[in-house]
Amino acid sequence: MLGRLTLEAFKHDWIEYLAGISMVLGGLFIVILITYLGRWKWLWKEWITSVDHKKIGIMYLIYSFLMLAKGLVDAAMMRAQQAVAVGESMGYLTSEHYQQIFTAHGVTMIFFVAMGVMFGLINLILPLQIGARDVAFPFLNNLSFWFFASGGMFVIVSLVIGVYSGAGWSGYTPLSGIKYNPGVGVDYWLWSIQISGVGTLLSGINFIVTILKMRCPGMTLMKMPIFVWATFVTMILVVFAFPILNAATAMLFTDRLFDTHIFTAEYGGNPMMYINLFWAWGHPEVYILILPAFGIFSEIVPVFSHKKLFGYTSMVWALVAIAFLSFIVWLHHFFTMGAGPNVNAFFGIMTMVIAVPTGVKIFNWIFTMFRGHLELKTPMYWFLGFIFLFTIGGLSGVLMSIPAADFQVHNSLFLIAHFHNVIIGGVVFGFFAGYTYWFPKFTGFKLNETLGKYAFWCWVIGFLLAFMPLYLLGFMGASRRLDHYDVAEWQPLFLVAGVGTLVILAGVGFQVLQVLVSIKQRKENRDTNGDPWNGRTLEWSTASPPPFYNFAFVPEVHERDAFWVMKHSKIKEKAIRKYEDIHMPKNTAMGFYIGFFSFLFGFGVIWAMYWLVALSFIAMIACVILHLYQKHPDYHVPADEVKMIERKQNP
Amino acid sequence: MKKTFKIAFIILLCLGTIAISALYISQHTIDVLDPQGMIGQKEKELIITASLLMLIVVIPVFALTWFFAWKYRASREARHDPDWEHNYIAEYCWWGVPIIIIVILGIATWKSSHELNPFKPIENGVKPITIQVVSLDWKWLFIYPEQGIASINFLQFPEKTPINFAITSDAPMNSFWIPKLGGQIYAMPGMRSKLHLIANETGSFRGSSTNISGKGFAGMVFTAKSSTQEEFNQWVALVKQSPKQLTMQEYQNLAKQSENNPVEFFQLQQSDLFDRILMKYMMPSHE
Repeated sequence: MLGRLTLEAFKHDWIEYLAGISMVLGGLFIVILITYLGRWKWLWKEWITSVDHKKIGIMYLIYSFLMLAKGLVDAAMMRAQQAVAVGESMGYLTSEHYQQIFTAHGVTMIFFVAMGVMFGLINLILPLQIGARDVAFPFLNNLSFWFFASGGMFVIVSLVIGVYSGAGWSGYTPLSGIKYNPGVGVDYWLWSIQISGVGTLLSGINFIVTILKMRCPGMTLMKMPIFVWATFVTMILVVFAFPILNAATAMLFTDRLFDTHIFTAEYGGNPMMYINLFWAWGHPEVYILILPAFGIFSEIVPVFSHKKLFGYTSMVWALVAIAFLSFIVWLHHFFTMGAGPNVNAFFGIMTMVIAVPTGVKIFNWIFTMFRGHLELKTPMYWFLGFIFLFTIGGLSGVLMSIPAADFQVHNSLFLIAHFHNVIIGGVVFGFFAGYTYWFPKFTGFKLNETLGKYAFWCWVIGFLLAFMPLYLLGFMGASRRLDHYDVAEWQPLFLVAGVGTLVILAGVGFQVLQVLVSIKQRKENRDTNGDPWNGRTLEWSTASPPPFYNFAFVPEVHERDAFWVMKHSKIKEKAIRKYEDIHMPKNTAMGFYIGFFSFLFGFGVIWAMYWLVALSFIAMIACVILHLYQKHPDYHVPADEVKMIERKQNP
Repeated sequence: MKKTFKIAFIILLCLGTIAISALYISQHTIDVLDPQGMIGQKEKELIITASLLMLIVVIPVFALTWFFAWKYRASREARHDPDWEHNYIAEYCWWGVPIIIIVILGIATWKSSHELNPFKPIENGVKPITIQVVSLDWKWLFIYPEQGIASINFLQFPEKTPINFAITSDAPMNSFWIPKLGGQIYAMPGMRSKLHLIANETGSFRGSSTNISGKGFAGMVFTAKSSTQEEFNQWVALVKQSPKQLTMQEYQNLAKQSENNPVEFFQLQQSDLFDRILMKYMMPSHE
């Protein structure tokens, strides 16, 4: 009945118990809080079943920030272990537990924090920027979120029931095969990626269609804001790359369950093929994360420089070039596999070529500041920090793209420093900038500036302390993923890195405080006209927070920076227009149900409870069929109601 | 006044950090930047050349960013051109200059990839020594087919002699790295990768695996000792007297999982051991 789930699965060491218990208590606390406030119905009707892109966006953000907390705890635990586990001392974690932590850290941060915040911001802003009332497929959007959420739950549940994978976030075969990892850990990892991957793919399709079909009249492709362009290119990458990941992990799954021997070393399998496939997804994935961040900076720099974006066309072509090149560089993740000098050199040179369009983007941002009128608000701080850190990360990246140089730093802590350098300095700073910039749009008030700047300084200084020593450690011969090391000279550097992590945690503390203080001071920081930063794009032309239908009148666009032009055009078209009925999608619970059953499905496979697999699969299909038979998935908001809402917002 | 104090404090802090880092670096050996072998030496030069080349772009980026952010900040009331958004010359510059740098780097990459190809034998007139490397759970087995000896987690070789490593794995994938001598290569089950290194000096170097291979991965550390030819010959003679015999049967015991293995020495009884390990993955079934 319970498959391979026995009491054994609940036995852990005390640190794991601590983690498990805190997760359970955290969950219970939330449940009790909602019950106490009597908000279950509200939560169900207004949020869980919502197809409103803005609400889905906020759910993505909240979910990702919770996962971020978990990922940060993982990071702190790793730093603590490496600060003490030298020579005779084995540290406070067993090697197996340590390996689970770095695997979970990677999966959490990439799949459930970076991807989550990315989809959160895209959901919140993109439809507003193109003057649309929702995405092309609102139900699919809700479903994507619940796939994503149920994928993330596997990482959490494994803290209590069973263990997580210890084979690294990339799960290289043959280590992740059944021969070396017969337990449930790898299966948890596999299904967390598999299910959230399906959600991501659906989102990708959804946003491509949204951008191609839902733009307001007059917004031609070359008049779209750069964030929309960045999202468009990113989603094309998603659609091409994620099927590779899903297919690779599906083949690994059949290897593990049905002995298909695709990625085993025996019986004609080839484990190196998995590594190729993983990175054929993995490298575009890097750009899936960074391009939206580039898009965000392309919005922020012009607004806070009070100047048009420099070189719009260059920006677009740079995005497209990066996207194209990102598919022909994957081998640089394993030059050390020994593919031969011609192959290695080709992939190395292609990698370097990416530095050209990336550099162009950076120069275009810098020259957007030239002869501007710079307001150094928190988003601009994140931008300047980004230029500083991302450029260093780019330098170490180009260095590693030279195969012969890479042989000396591959898989060392130098690599760890490099990719945190570009992911924290690039992706995370970009998302923080976007979050600060658009916060008033979805809450109606701005974030506290002072605390935001404190957080910024903590992040930058903490980053330098935490990762510069790792560059050096890599040069000193320290591999990544060590739960213990024998070289006493390394310890001071690991201690400095540990201090850096504490400084970063202080930064996160300031960010939490920032939200609380800003909520308390919301009256002073209220955004009354929907345009707190003197914005340039359409999302600022509607109220903050926008009404559920976004725009009472669909805007018409004639130029780039459409809202800026509207504000400054000499002919003020203040003609009184007649309100019309607005066509909107209805909320639906099917997305939540399908997501929930997909979780049970994965859980059943992991624990070999095949009755559960069958039942939840049937349930999923049934939900889809039920959804298809829904007669009225949409409704009309009467013109009078629109009028009332608009009057209330603009008295 | 307060502002000057702030800036002075920040500058002092930066200088202090640089001083402490410099002190640390000067007192410790940075393996990659202090190589003892020809390959490592060339790789180090490549790392330094490439970094300097990239500074041609990085320094202007830093300088311009800080200068513009300072000069055009709102409180300074500098010239404001809100509609200036395009300039061919400028854009050609930052498409063009990086392309030139990448072309130079690309040529360096192509050349160095061939010159420092790990599969390419080193030729310096001295007869090379062959060492076969097998990564096991979780230790390194070194086989000297010509000398008829084998060892665990320790290898010795004569200085100034090219070393031909043949590398495989009878465990999950590992990566074989001796940073003082030069770059690494993967150890993969059922595959033979090659690595060619040479030590210019005598000395003991740390080597390890860089690729996660399971529970005992962190303990896969070995010592690579470069000695004079005489010392090496003496060492071989000594190991040949070792009571432990490495037969196929003994190998099966050795291949079992174990962590933090001490150094062990063997007489090699199965001279084709490496090939057998390699070939067992080619058979329809094994074990």
